[in-house]
Amino acid sequence: MKRIGIDVGGTNTDAVLIDGETIVASIKVPTTQDVLSGVKAALAHVAGHRDSVASPIDAVMIGTTHFTNAVVERARLERVAAIRIALPTGASLPPMCDWPEDLRAAVDPLIFMVHGGHEYDGSPLVPMVPDEIREAAMKIRDAGITSIAISATFSPLTTECEVKAAEIVRSVIPDARITLSHTLGRIGLLERENVALLNAALQSLGKTTVQAFSDALREAGVTAPFFLTQNDGTVALADVAATNPVHSFASGPTNSMRGAAWLTGLTDAMVVDVGGTTSDIGCLAGGFPREANNIVHVGGVRTLFRMPDLLPIALGGGTIIDPATSKIGPRSVGYRILTEALVFGGETLTTSDVAVAAGLIDMGDRDRVKGLDPAFVEASLARIRDMVADSFDQMKTSAEDVPLIAVGGGAFLIPETVPGASEVLRVENAGVANALGAAMAQVSGEVDQVFSGMSRDEALAKAEAEARNTAVASGADRASLKTLEVEDIPIAYLPGGARRVRVRVIGDIAFS
Amino acid sequence: MPEPRKLKYDVADLRTLTREDLDALEIGAGILGTGGGGNPYQGKLLALEAMKAGYELKILATDRIEPDALCMAIGGIGAPVVSVERIREGREGVRCLRAMEELIRTPIDAVVCEEIGGSNSMSPLVTAALGGLPMLDCDGMGRAFPEMQMTTFSIYGHSSTPSVMCDLHGNTVIFSHAVSEVWHERMARACVVAQGGGAMLATAPMQAHYVHQYGIPKSYTKAIALGEAVIRARKAQEDPIAAVCALEGGRRIFNGKITDLKRHLRGGFAVGDVALAGFDDFAGETADVAIQNEFLIFRRNGMVEVTVPDLIVLLDVDTGYPITTEMLRYGQRVAVVAIPCHELLRTVQALDVVGPAAFGYPEITYSPLPSPTRKAA
Repeated sequence: MKRIGIDVGGTNTDAVLIDGETIVASIKVPTTQDVLSGVKAALAHVAGHRDSVASPIDAVMIGTTHFTNAVVERARLERVAAIRIALPTGASLPPMCDWPEDLRAAVDPLIFMVHGGHEYDGSPLVPMVPDEIREAAMKIRDAGITSIAISATFSPLTTECEVKAAEIVRSVIPDARITLSHTLGRIGLLERENVALLNAALQSLGKTTVQAFSDALREAGVTAPFFLTQNDGTVALADVAATNPVHSFASGPTNSMRGAAWLTGLTDAMVVDVGGTTSDIGCLAGGFPREANNIVHVGGVRTLFRMPDLLPIALGGGTIIDPATSKIGPRSVGYRILTEALVFGGETLTTSDVAVAAGLIDMGDRDRVKGLDPAFVEASLARIRDMVADSFDQMKTSAEDVPLIAVGGGAFLIPETVPGASEVLRVENAGVANALGAAMAQVSGEVDQVFSGMSRDEALAKAEAEARNTAVASGADRASLKTLEVEDIPIAYLPGGARRVRVRVIGDIAFS
Repeated sequence: MPEPRKLKYDVADLRTLTREDLDALEIGAGILGTGGGGNPYQGKLLALEAMKAGYELKILATDRIEPDALCMAIGGIGAPVVSVERIREGREGVRCLRAMEELIRTPIDAVVCEEIGGSNSMSPLVTAALGGLPMLDCDGMGRAFPEMQMTTFSIYGHSSTPSVMCDLHGNTVIFSHAVSEVWHERMARACVVAQGGGAMLATAPMQAHYVHQYGIPKSYTKAIALGEAVIRARKAQEDPIAAVCALEGGRRIFNGKITDLKRHLRGGFAVGDVALAGFDDFAGETADVAIQNEFLIFRRNGMVEVTVPDLIVLLDVDTGYPITTEMLRYGQRVAVVAIPCHELLRTVQALDVVGPAAFGYPEITYSPLPSPTRKAA
């Protein structure tokens, strides 16, 4: 089974070709301004090794920061409409009231608040008024907007209002692309609605990005099905993933963690991914990244949804050290490291220079750091050790020692021993762990909705069947599906013994 | 048209709050929330929306209003978890105000805050702004407490009924009489459940001289100054914890890492215990903090050192931002700051209601933190 994994990061684009458990080829190229030419270059390199494996490539997995970047840069976003079904609640805080002005201007929203929604116990707040939705839909149609986010109070408990409203909107705007907040977010109306709106604003970009990747693959002569990596450590068929671009946010660090798991064979460990400017520390549980349980800001917008729990540290291979005070960071030379760091002929003292001086790694011109005072070098490394130890300790969930895996281009900065770590593991190919993680990803399917008028067993069976179908639609092999999580909560004040059931299944990619 | 009201204060004494003031208040109210009181963020958004709509948020010192002016205290009541989903309609507070005026057939002159700690710092500001009234610069707790009878207004004899409770649908409930403050709390809790888990409640108006005498003074200016201190220290890359302490006569009593966290629900309250292992100057020591919605008891090496009603505040050791009980997690590095509560919370009368025994610690005797040295204003 041969796969190509590509991870497009802010600094580098990494690619690997793997055949079963063997890494056939790997490459790291700078991420280009247009992103795509970097991908093409990486692809050309690994695809060139195709001949060394007997059969054609089975699948291509791409992880990308495209969507996060669009939000951060306020570019390539489309105009959206918001329909919130919650009146009389929230009348005073309309959708997007706390978005940064420039981002709001970039999506130029048309906003509607209508009656409806539910209470915490699942009973209706006030009846939804279909004519209000229809009227909003007509105005949206007349404004030429086709991407719409719909939210409703307590929709994660009772999806009814959002689902019905979507039907009404579609009857008015047949080609509408609709994001329902309950499919992405959690309890917390403003944050869930924000996620849905970001997702709506990225619909066109999702489509064009997938098309561009698809063209690049065709140019490279790769005809295999292709997938986008998601931030929960899985992949989805590109066309499916294109409709939920927000699920790609922070998929890069997730890919690194998954790659680290694969390289070490560990499924429960902490992973530190050291980049050029920052590092991320995350936690793998059962081979998947632990999810953040709190508000995460994306481009200045408060969100609460499925995101990996990461702790960023201002420490990377390009982090600047003040020669006078030996203070480390937070500024970094970033991608200019190859011209600005001392060992590469530049004039700026960076963490990489100190590492070269201490003999932790051999790169650039070692003679250029010969003059550094050994005591200064040792003091700087001690500070780096403290930064790593503090952050590692913060991300641990228990007092027990756990293994720490160091990956990323700057992994040499991670000390041999870290307090609280049972061991510090380094692996070959750690520099392309992210691309490996992408290549190794599996496919998942999730259902989170309310079932009523049936027994608990029937509801669980129905939810599981639907989750399996979703996984298969995303490209999973039905026979390989395993149930990862099952959770059910009975809901009071609803007829027919309603319960909310959440099921997540995971399986291997289906190859035709 | 009603006749133009005769103002019982001089408009020159009003301070109009700015956007920056609200950002600072959000942090300051979080600090004074001592871990509880709900998140002021949504309340801040409501206040900002009112500002955008052209309303002015004004505060007034309690000694700059005529003693017989009629002042109405107001706050939100309900479950914080419901409020993140079921956002206020926005006019609940002003409906309480109008319903109260109708009930007592007298216009209200100013609005008062029940609880400066947490989300209840913001909602009265919106009520005052929409009602065209000033907000008195004081509150009934100087911090956050879980129940209504725990205000200094109630403690020193003001009966909080008749009260008015309004929900977002427009339902108005009047409690004409409760035989005790605890009964009022109990009935209002039952009512808010029926209203879907969130409402605004205005208590029986007080005269300004009573508010001046028994309110915790300068709550808003203090909370804003606290927030400003944190923001300023962070900008200047100075220690925000020291800045907080300097303002409120507080003391950093511990720097620690959370090594254990126990939480459970008891009688509707979030109860728990945080264990800390010291670092920096406190290396080798352990401490623990008992939680009951707020941080209640601080023990060092097993010995009780600070207790409610003094303020036990947990701040992020680097940013100085307040940490609420629901944000706690293993491995977090926190600074514990103890701030002396106001004298009004330290009397025998007050300790009956807000002392350790009132929270289920009859074995612990309150021993007050040294009071801050009084500065000339």
